[in-house]
Amino acid sequence: MSVVLETRALCKSFGALTVAEQIHFRLERGARHALIGPNGAGKTTFVNMLTGRLAPSSGQIVLGGEDITALGQAERVKRGLGRTFQINSLFLNAPVVDNVAFAVAEREGVAGRMFRPASHYRAVLDESMALLETLGLAEDARLPVVGLPYGKQRLVEIAIALGLKPRVLLLDEPAAGVPSMESHRILAVLEQLPEDIAILIIEHDMDLVFRFAQRITVLTQGSVLAEGSPAEIGADSRVREVYLGERHA
Amino acid sequence: MSVSHAGGYIADPRIRPIEWLPWVLALLCYFFAPSYLPLGSYVLTMIIFALSLDLILGYGGIITLGHSAYFGTGAYAAGILAVHLTGEPLVGLVAGTLAAGALGFLTGIVILRTRGLALLMLTLAITSLCFEVANKATSWTGGADGLGGFSVQPIVGLFKFDMFGKTAYLYCLVVLFACWWLVRRLVYSPFGASLTGVRENNLRMHAVGAPVYRRLVIAYTISAALAGLAGALLTQTTQFVGLKVLGFELSGELVVMLVLGGVGRIYGAFIGPLVYLMAQDYLAKQFPEYWYFFIGAILVLVVMFARGGILGILDAGVARLRRRSR
Repeated sequence: MSVVLETRALCKSFGALTVAEQIHFRLERGARHALIGPNGAGKTTFVNMLTGRLAPSSGQIVLGGEDITALGQAERVKRGLGRTFQINSLFLNAPVVDNVAFAVAEREGVAGRMFRPASHYRAVLDESMALLETLGLAEDARLPVVGLPYGKQRLVEIAIALGLKPRVLLLDEPAAGVPSMESHRILAVLEQLPEDIAILIIEHDMDLVFRFAQRITVLTQGSVLAEGSPAEIGADSRVREVYLGERHA
Repeated sequence: MSVSHAGGYIADPRIRPIEWLPWVLALLCYFFAPSYLPLGSYVLTMIIFALSLDLILGYGGIITLGHSAYFGTGAYAAGILAVHLTGEPLVGLVAGTLAAGALGFLTGIVILRTRGLALLMLTLAITSLCFEVANKATSWTGGADGLGGFSVQPIVGLFKFDMFGKTAYLYCLVVLFACWWLVRRLVYSPFGASLTGVRENNLRMHAVGAPVYRRLVIAYTISAALAGLAGALLTQTTQFVGLKVLGFELSGELVVMLVLGGVGRIYGAFIGPLVYLMAQDYLAKQFPEYWYFFIGAILVLVVMFARGGILGILDAGVARLRRRSR
């Protein structure tokens, strides 16, 4: 399989504190890949470097064969790198459909147009509606996001990222803050995402990780401890020791 | 039917019947309240100024206390042009608009790299700089004495400005109509929607690949140009430019007017200046010594109890009536 996203010897330090050390990572096309690790392992730092919010101290990030290390967030998005946020980052007072339409319009390159009314861009609206429908949010499309229950807001978070039609989708704790009774809905949505999108999921909910991921990378103290299939990771004694110890021993 | 104009991809951009009300009222005022026309012209001018602020503050979320820099630049540009070159009003309007737009672009590319308090301070600084320049460049601006003694020719050679302010009033009304059309168009466009996105969540706008900084600079430049247009209009209808047009007080007053009317809803920019300036006119006659006290009291009440301004109160009232009738 071909690699869509790769990091080579990625490092990040803040002064004497090293939060990412020599991270070599590959994400294959259509992958269902999970990144796990205890709190403070550097997962969020890693994601922020991938998306361009944080510049690495050294190393390279390669997307689809192109070195994107020096590119800004917007350029990376244009090249097919989408993300969701651990804590909802939505347009709260805008209708649900506009949240998605903002992303679709940017991707289509029409978001800066000034003269025709936005509602005349049928293609943007139709695509946004269709996307919401697949996530089971069609009925809420016209409501402001702020009035939705948190679980649904998490789905809007994913919908915005999907509006970018990404080749690579980074899901930063998609089930965070969602009551466990509702997290199956999130999982159901994740399972029906288009197969050609490579997905990297960062998640604390181990049930979700082991049901969803085909490959798992374990990060501790800023470096890769182990990588393998869920069965291999589950059986790895080092991983059990530092991470799964309390729950799976 | 809500009185707010949020724009976006499911908003109906057609003009609603109630939106003709301000224009009907303005024309009624022309025919039935001729003694108020000079004040009316000033109100119309300030509405244009408030609309320009609404575009960046209400839709783009850019907080500024320095918008008089652009208003004043437009006012002086029109005045200086009338003194040295031509008193043709339309040329003056274009000059004021372009001068302020250029200043808006140049200052925008610098200050819009910052946000929040830093941005607020920088807008203040720009107004102060412009004020001092106008104060010292007496040969061009007349300094503290102001710039006067120029004449404004008839509009397109046909409509002479009269001493009762009739022509001036209609002139302001037509220019306001054009500005309103433009701003409304912008608000309902994808560009306007993306500005709302920036206001709602700057971070996420970056994450969907929006060129946020560029959008803000464009919005700021358009807003500055409209402010300059309003300034030029004031110069022509009063045939005088004083340093006050660049003052920090005017910027502050403008924000007060917009907040009073309602931010981010187009017609807040209509109702705010109207109520504020009429209250000022009335209170200044009744209580010449302490009328500012009442203006302050009104503002405190609005900020404490009606964050959406006067239009916000109306919105809530309409919503309540509807619920009751159901």
